[in-house]
Amino acid sequence: MTLQGGIEYSKIAEIKGPLVIVDGVERASYDELVEIETTAGEKRLGKVLEVGNGKAVVQVFEGTTGLSISGTKAKFSGKTMTMPVSAEVLGRVFDGLGRPNDGLPEPIASKFLDINGEPMNPEQREYPRDFIQTGVSVIDGMLTLVRGQKLPIFSGSGMSHNILAAQIARQAAVIGSGEEFAVVFAAIGVQFSEAQYFKRSLEESGALKRSVLFLNLADDPAIERIITPRVALTVAEYLAYDLGMHVLVILTDMTNYAEALREISAAREEVPGRKGYPGYLYTDLSTIYERAGRLLGRKGSVTQMPILSMPADDITHPIPDLTGYITEGQIVLGRDLFRKGIYPPVNVLMSLSRIMKDGVGEGRTRGDHMEIANQMYDGYSRAQEVRALSEIVGKAGLTGVDIKYMDVGDAFEKNFLSQGVDENRSLEETLALEWKTASILPKGELNKVKDKFIDQYYKAN
Amino acid sequence: MVAKGKIVWVSGPAVKADGMSDAKMYETVSVGSLNLIGEVIRLTGDVAFIQVYESTSGLRPGEPVIGTGSPLSVLLGPGIIGQIYDGIQRPLKELSKKSGSFIGRGVTTTPVDMTKKYKFTPTVKVGDDVQAGNILGTVEETQLIKHSILVPPDHHGGKIASIASDGQYDIETEIATTEKAGTKTQLKMYHRWPVRKPRPYKQRFDPTVPLITGQRVIDTFFPIAKGGTGSIPGAFGTGKTVTLHQIAKWADSQVVVYIGCGERGNEMTEVLVEFPHLKDPHTGRPLMERTVLVANTSNMPVAAREASIYTGVTIAEYYRDMGNHVVLVADSTSRWAEALREMSGRLEEMPAEEGYPSYLASRLAEFYERAGRVRALGSPEREGSVTLVGAVSPSGGDFTEPVTTHTIRFIKTFWALDARLAYSRHYPSINWMNSYSGYLSDIAKWWSANISDEWLPLRNEAYSVLQREDTLKEIVRLLGPEALPEEEKLILEVARMIKIGILQQNSFDNVDTYCSPKKQFKLLKLLVNFYRNAQRALKEGATITDIRAMSVISSMLKARMEIPDDQLDKLDQVEALMNEQFKNIVGVKVTT
Ligand SMILES: Nc1ncnc2c1ncn2[C@@H]1O[C@H](COP(=O)(O)OP(=O)(O)O)[C@@H](O)[C@H]1O
Ligand SMILES: [Mg+2]
Repeated sequence: MTLQGGIEYSKIAEIKGPLVIVDGVERASYDELVEIETTAGEKRLGKVLEVGNGKAVVQVFEGTTGLSISGTKAKFSGKTMTMPVSAEVLGRVFDGLGRPNDGLPEPIASKFLDINGEPMNPEQREYPRDFIQTGVSVIDGMLTLVRGQKLPIFSGSGMSHNILAAQIARQAAVIGSGEEFAVVFAAIGVQFSEAQYFKRSLEESGALKRSVLFLNLADDPAIERIITPRVALTVAEYLAYDLGMHVLVILTDMTNYAEALREISAAREEVPGRKGYPGYLYTDLSTIYERAGRLLGRKGSVTQMPILSMPADDITHPIPDLTGYITEGQIVLGRDLFRKGIYPPVNVLMSLSRIMKDGVGEGRTRGDHMEIANQMYDGYSRAQEVRALSEIVGKAGLTGVDIKYMDVGDAFEKNFLSQGVDENRSLEETLALEWKTASILPKGELNKVKDKFIDQYYKAN
Repeated sequence: MVAKGKIVWVSGPAVKADGMSDAKMYETVSVGSLNLIGEVIRLTGDVAFIQVYESTSGLRPGEPVIGTGSPLSVLLGPGIIGQIYDGIQRPLKELSKKSGSFIGRGVTTTPVDMTKKYKFTPTVKVGDDVQAGNILGTVEETQLIKHSILVPPDHHGGKIASIASDGQYDIETEIATTEKAGTKTQLKMYHRWPVRKPRPYKQRFDPTVPLITGQRVIDTFFPIAKGGTGSIPGAFGTGKTVTLHQIAKWADSQVVVYIGCGERGNEMTEVLVEFPHLKDPHTGRPLMERTVLVANTSNMPVAAREASIYTGVTIAEYYRDMGNHVVLVADSTSRWAEALREMSGRLEEMPAEEGYPSYLASRLAEFYERAGRVRALGSPEREGSVTLVGAVSPSGGDFTEPVTTHTIRFIKTFWALDARLAYSRHYPSINWMNSYSGYLSDIAKWWSANISDEWLPLRNEAYSVLQREDTLKEIVRLLGPEALPEEEKLILEVARMIKIGILQQNSFDNVDTYCSPKKQFKLLKLLVNFYRNAQRALKEGATITDIRAMSVISSMLKARMEIPDDQLDKLDQVEALMNEQFKNIVGVKVTT
């Protein structure tokens, strides 16, 4: 990507962190794309963060290492950053700024789209309702994913989030293959091996030719991470709204994105919010996550599954916290379950799918879907209380019903939650497992399901 | 003189322009060659600091800035109900006609259809004396809303010199002329009002009538009054939005203003697709016929988010002035506060706590002061109210952060959401120990007069069971429940029943979603009677095991979702069955 035209300036006033401050600027505009050229002739991209009084503050995506005050040139393009898109992007691999990374030439563009997108008019959204079967019981049964939803995985270092996301991408792709299905994968500051794992997983399931990969790896420039999710989403929107595909976007790891944002904010000496993250982190994240959805009168959808690692497994840390305030639920992985060797180690009580209620039920999945899920939540949460109690008073101090709840907890983790990495369960199987677990309890305990469903599905063990 | 200046600096939503010595504070201005809408928020010399309500991407120093001479205002007249607006009253439907699925910039539209004709019926005649706030006539805005055409609150009064006769007019028609000391003033069916200025009224009263929301934990335990203030803070996923949706759906007010302030797009869409199909339980008409939406979602421009709260409350006051009870819900005031913080940061103001400006508290106070039950200006005499309910989204779920702590100072009903309750799927996850209502004693009279004078004592008895359970929980945690004497085990049992049978309420269940005051009372009475009978049974030799084994308990707990409002006699049957089963335990004499 080399800039054609534009106005060049060579007076650099200051270089600090990822920022270059250009002086004597006359016609720069806010947000415009800038090309910085080093004394050695190397070209880097950046954009204008602030302009006025003859100065422009430029954020350099590829970092400022090696730049010098004298000899550096800045070319202002007069336009914002765009991504060339066409159907040819499918099966391709790009770098974190959207440049080909697979040795092949740049795809022939049918359009150039502003990578920042524009906010969807809420009046023009189509409310998400279509169930996506992932074949993972805990998700299909209790945390249903819906087309156009944004449902992140909150994980911690070393846990199996990548395995789970890859399983979902593979299995959801299989179900959706009749229709136009695509996967957009954005690696944001992750290790080579993690990106490679995804690529291989998509390859083995045959989904790679329906996928687009954007790779900013751990040793790639940090500031580029601001751009990676945006170019990925621009491509996803094109596939969804122009080509009518159902696109699953995986963004990993959003924690690295937020850290890059903090770095820029610190360099600008802004008043920080919590833990040094800028006060506008919420708004900034929303410009990424709110790009999930469906539009009235268009066929496709953008479903997002961002992955983030919670620093010190702390869900109140600003990154998971502000993410949870924007996304439509969260799948939280639990360290305890992970240590016990359970896969997927989903802590269901802390997890939530906000759109599940609209994607399941009579005419969509099954009439009892939501109620049996509620009963599972109730049962498992009672089981946790009883487990804590039995630590103190021992099993002897428990009532008969309490002991049944302990059994529910064990059956839940062993038979329902646990499943193989390649095990693809049908919804029928999942619901049957739920009723089997709930049926450990006496009927009178099932107060989240209506009597008519108990009559139909309850089977005393 | 309107100000005509030039941009000198741009950074995100903040722009500085010089040559602006004629600009006024809070004046709206047109920014740049795209004519973006902005508002002056600071003046220094001839430099104006402007917050821009649209994306400033591509804006450049040197572009023009032109004043409009007036502060940010809303248009008030027929046609507002049923609309969805952005934060500065631009109708999103019209925007989509001009710029498609995504929100474009520099698009101008009118807030209501200026060409639509309404049937106007005058209520004054030539020669009548009128003053600010008087009703000139009425139009039917929706089947639910009879819209009174008001003399604007800042009108100087006078005699009616002309008035339109019964007929169909669009809102641009001059329907009346007033005359005072020889000067004539033309009036239309609408006027404009600056959003940051509260609309005046004649007199303010204490709230005494509950706002019935159909939500048991609210109406029965922590009620809010018509004209009152309430706040619902909670970590993500604890139920702020669902609760506000429930209030917007089921509250017994005539008009609802729903502000989506910096929240999710799909949540606004949900309201838009759901409300036209839901019927107001009090009138049987579609909910959309009484609802106005203001949607400035998280990814829409942050300055317009700051304005959205004022746009919404001004519309609410306008319908109040016609004599309506209006409820306004704002989701979330924290996002509004963050918008304030962002602009304050760009202004390089000295931050107070967590980067928020020092005037955060006074802005919150000013907002909540716009609630109230009032006698409106002008005649005929009429009473209306604005009830304000704001969600708060504390970072990390920590209620000691500035937005929560300052909000608490200015509201009277506090619904504290609790993540632990949400994790165990106890919804609404309003924590009964940390929540409170300052209206309880004021509104108890309404319950006595309309439902039963047993309401308050029963409510208090049920609440005391919850309080005792809370203290017993500590002991249970250390020693297990079996260590407690039988009466205390009963407390635990009844508290559990109150939680499942009353406090929990499933918004997504067709029956449970709305619970009439009468059903609330009957459920309350059923459970308290259970408690009284069980106490007696224990005294007469029964054991807690006998009581737990009563098969009626399961029916009592499911009554909320199995027995609809129009079959409340079934609750009497459950009560009879309960009495029967108590008799069978030890032949105790039952209380009814
Ligand atoms: N009263 C309720 N009945 C049933 N489910 C509820 C209720 N309140 C909350 N929920 C559940 O909790 C989820 C989160 O609630 P929401 O109001 O969106 O939380 P918040 O706005 O606090 O983030 C909802 O999607 C729904 O699944
Ligand atoms: Mg919410």
